[in-house]
Amino acid sequence: MDPFIAAALFIILAPVVGILITGLDRILTARMQGRVGPPVLQPWYDIRKLFQKKQVAVWGAQSFFIFCYLIFIIFTGALFFAGGDILLVIFAFTLGHVFLVLGAYVSYSPYAHIGAERELIQLMAVEPMIIIAAIGLYQVNGSFLIGDMANHPGLPILLLPGVFLGFIYILTFKLRKSPFDLATSHHAHQELVKGSTTEFSGWTLAMVELAHIYELVVMLGFIWLFFGDNLILCVAAIAIIMILEILVDNCTSRVRWQDAMTSAWFVTLVAGAGNIFALSIM
Amino acid sequence: MSYLQKSPWIIHYDASSCNGCDIEVLACLTPLYDVERFGILNTGNPKHADIFVITGGVNEINKEVVLNIYEQMPHPKVVVAVGICACSGGVFRECYNISGGVATVIPVDVYVPGCAARPESIIDGIVQALGILEQKRSAMKAGAEGVA
Amino acid sequence: MLSNDTYMELLIFLILFPLLMAGLLTLIQGENFRRAAVISGAVLVGIASLITLADSITTQAVYHSVPVDMIGILIFIGDILISGYIIFVSLKARQYLVTSITTLQLILLCAVEYLALADHAHIPELFSDELSGIMAAIIGVIGGLICVYALGYMREYHAEHPDRPDKRPRFFGIMFLFLSAMFGVVFSNNLLWLFFFWEITTLCSFLLIRYPETDEAVKNAFRALLFNLVGGACIPVAFLVIFLGQGSQYIGLHELVTAGPGIALIPAGLIAIAGLAKSAQFPFSSWLVGAMVAPTPVSALLHSSTMVKAGVYIIARFAPVFEGQIVGILIALIGGITFLAASAIAISQSNAKKVLAYSTIANLGLIVACCGVGTAEALWAAILLIVFHAIAKSLLFLSVGTVEHQIHSRDIEDMNGLVTKMPRITMMILIGIAGMFLAPFGMLISKWASLHAFVESVPPYGILLVIIIAYGSGITAFFWAKWMGKLIAVGEPQTKDESHIPRSEKNILYILSALTIGVCFGFPIISWYLIEPWLLTMYQSVTDLISLSNIEIMFMMLFLVLIMPFSLARFTHSARRVPRYLCGIPEGRSTAFMGSCGINREIALSNYYLERIFGEERLSRISVGMGIFLIVLLLNILIIGGGL
Repeated sequence: MDPFIAAALFIILAPVVGILITGLDRILTARMQGRVGPPVLQPWYDIRKLFQKKQVAVWGAQSFFIFCYLIFIIFTGALFFAGGDILLVIFAFTLGHVFLVLGAYVSYSPYAHIGAERELIQLMAVEPMIIIAAIGLYQVNGSFLIGDMANHPGLPILLLPGVFLGFIYILTFKLRKSPFDLATSHHAHQELVKGSTTEFSGWTLAMVELAHIYELVVMLGFIWLFFGDNLILCVAAIAIIMILEILVDNCTSRVRWQDAMTSAWFVTLVAGAGNIFALSIM
Repeated sequence: MSYLQKSPWIIHYDASSCNGCDIEVLACLTPLYDVERFGILNTGNPKHADIFVITGGVNEINKEVVLNIYEQMPHPKVVVAVGICACSGGVFRECYNISGGVATVIPVDVYVPGCAARPESIIDGIVQALGILEQKRSAMKAGAEGVA
Repeated sequence: MLSNDTYMELLIFLILFPLLMAGLLTLIQGENFRRAAVISGAVLVGIASLITLADSITTQAVYHSVPVDMIGILIFIGDILISGYIIFVSLKARQYLVTSITTLQLILLCAVEYLALADHAHIPELFSDELSGIMAAIIGVIGGLICVYALGYMREYHAEHPDRPDKRPRFFGIMFLFLSAMFGVVFSNNLLWLFFFWEITTLCSFLLIRYPETDEAVKNAFRALLFNLVGGACIPVAFLVIFLGQGSQYIGLHELVTAGPGIALIPAGLIAIAGLAKSAQFPFSSWLVGAMVAPTPVSALLHSSTMVKAGVYIIARFAPVFEGQIVGILIALIGGITFLAASAIAISQSNAKKVLAYSTIANLGLIVACCGVGTAEALWAAILLIVFHAIAKSLLFLSVGTVEHQIHSRDIEDMNGLVTKMPRITMMILIGIAGMFLAPFGMLISKWASLHAFVESVPPYGILLVIIIAYGSGITAFFWAKWMGKLIAVGEPQTKDESHIPRSEKNILYILSALTIGVCFGFPIISWYLIEPWLLTMYQSVTDLISLSNIEIMFMMLFLVLIMPFSLARFTHSARRVPRYLCGIPEGRSTAFMGSCGINREIALSNYYLERIFGEERLSRISVGMGIFLIVLLLNILIIGGGL
């Protein structure tokens, strides 16, 4: 598919897909808790409502940083689906997240500050595994281009079991699910008020939500890469993994950031690094 | 159709309440009444909230807090006073340290009496608040257009 | 472009003119005179170095034989003088370890010269190619800028520390002497000459670190001297190996490198150890951290942009020899572990200069790792890293120096909300920090390229390096981003006050910021005209290092980054101002709240330093231990290789 068309499709369709998945996420969570849950389009209503609010802020610059965050997440996702270089995508994601962190720092608010620091710790915990996953996919595909990886005829996961497991582990960080929802959480019962998003309101907050949805779609796309061009297997894998994540989210409480970081690094080393090291000597 | 009515987020504050009404408010959030069906979420943060659910009679220290939280909420916003203490001070109305209800501090849109107010009344009150929220939004939009 | 003779005159000019300026500046006492001399000297040196760079694009590598035979003997005498001075100074200070190493080095050198008398092949002494051109441009332009910056800085420095002896003539003299020596290092083909210039840079570093003349400064100066001498002592040993084993024509750098690993590996390995010491890799890193007591221009010039680059320069020269060799792998591992360890330690530091020092060590580690791997792709990444790091790091050091004089503190925790007090300087620090780790800036490109290079090379060690880089990458993001956050976090806006900053300092910072951004836009040009032709001559083949599509992507990212300033203007006044959320009870000013028992408290937010995980002492001990292990292993292999 032409890269520009793929990128454009991503920009338009990813919110639709993301909102549906997020909505289903909330319904499933509710059912697991013995409740009925909101309508499936609830995330869409949330975002639209946020745009209807008149914004308040501690400093206007907050909105600027979040705008940049959103733009970069969208750009990175478009790059991903256009089939670009996977390492470049990963580093562009880091840039996007740094904008979010800066937006949280600007307000000099205690809750946002702790949220920002934890956001950085999450970044530090997650980055090794993502890079190792990219390297693993390179070793299987012989190319760093996502376009080539998506067309792989076999099942890369068979050669990358450890990498896949490590990736699922850090996926919990990326999706902001318990036990690793350190920086900000969708559950109000967690402490830190709202962490890094405490001082955002109105359309700024809507942008954060939107960026999260775009990122969700890219992460699911990443899972796709482990299954090559087997469409049915990919979709099934994504479904199973999302259900698992929701289950884990409901069963666990947040861990201390020290445990989150060291466990992520440990899993990265044992599962991820071990896997790619084995691949390199074979 | 306003999205505010489909996704009202509440912030709940206890202004010198005995906690009876607060327990009932929290009961609404449990699976038994499950207000998330209506898209209602309890955020702990005024900047994210649309509806200010407040209980208790408001004393001297709480006054500042209530004002502060109310100020930090973005427009359009509504206030729901839950329980008779929040409406008028309840049995504590004559006490030296009680203001006599939330309306003495901030403008209230919906009064939900009761001691403690029942979850069904609270939900009913919030649904009425949604209507008022929609009115305020239209007024805000019209006001903005009129000015512009 | 220029004829060969003119070209050689240019090289000699670059070596001798700063030397002349050094002498002149040591004698000039008047400040205005000195100001004029430094500025004109810096401009001339800068222009000359840029001409050299331009020429290296158009001509092939040029080799010159200096027509005067006496110079070899003069250089030997110079070596003796330098060693004599160091012995004298170290004896006076009772640093007997330094004395013994210097004496040992001198004896070895005499042995080498004795052998050289007997067996004396004629090789060109000077040369210049694209890599020399790049290094010369860095030395000339950045060195010149820093010298000019130092004019304003040192004036403030002595105003602030009246107790420290004001020896500014000597200071500037040594700075220019250093520039001269650096040009000598990058233009020397004869390794004996290179060693001489190398030792001069070590001496300059020693003299400049001890400039404050406090006990701490003297102690750290001797430590820097010691570590650099320990490394430097390996070079005469390498010379002995060459003269005793291979023959004197291999005392030429070009001759040695093109001879291939069979002949060159052991001398190259030994010289690389000297390079590792000079670029402060583990186990030698502590000298660079200690050197931060020197005035900031010294830190910027010697200990981030230039002298430490000489260390990696020499390893880069030998990279084709190291490709695929176990020696190369060991050097690469030392570099990789340094990258990871130094980045980790930087998290726990709140002293801004120490953060910059550890970050420098880390980036040098990455360059060394690339050079140790030795493939064309890795070298491409290494040279880009050298260029980007030199510019961005000097910008950061000089900005921190300026900030230090304004707020009288080097601690990052005191830089809270600096964006309101000094918006322009803060903007430049942000550019510098972004240049260090964010896409689409240069360091990011280099990191990306080095990952590409490592996955393909020397299985399975390449993957080990990849894993190390993967961990280090997130770690660097952590300490840079939290510094950025500190700068822009605004509690109570402070009154803007940039009026007390000397004109010279501000202008230099503007130029360096422009350079940082310019080099980022221009990296395809640098790659195409400079790096790839050089790699072609070195490796006779060049893989597809950076496809056009990736360049397009990077330009897109740059474009996006540029629309940011416009959106900043758009959004700044779009929201209703409300207090920050403090659970509802703020008090009076917006950064205070009513705490328990009715006591008013001020918000105090500090960054995470994660002392227990990333503490300096613990991590240093582990890394120094690993470093020693690897260096000893390396020496073992070199010795055994010699025996075989």
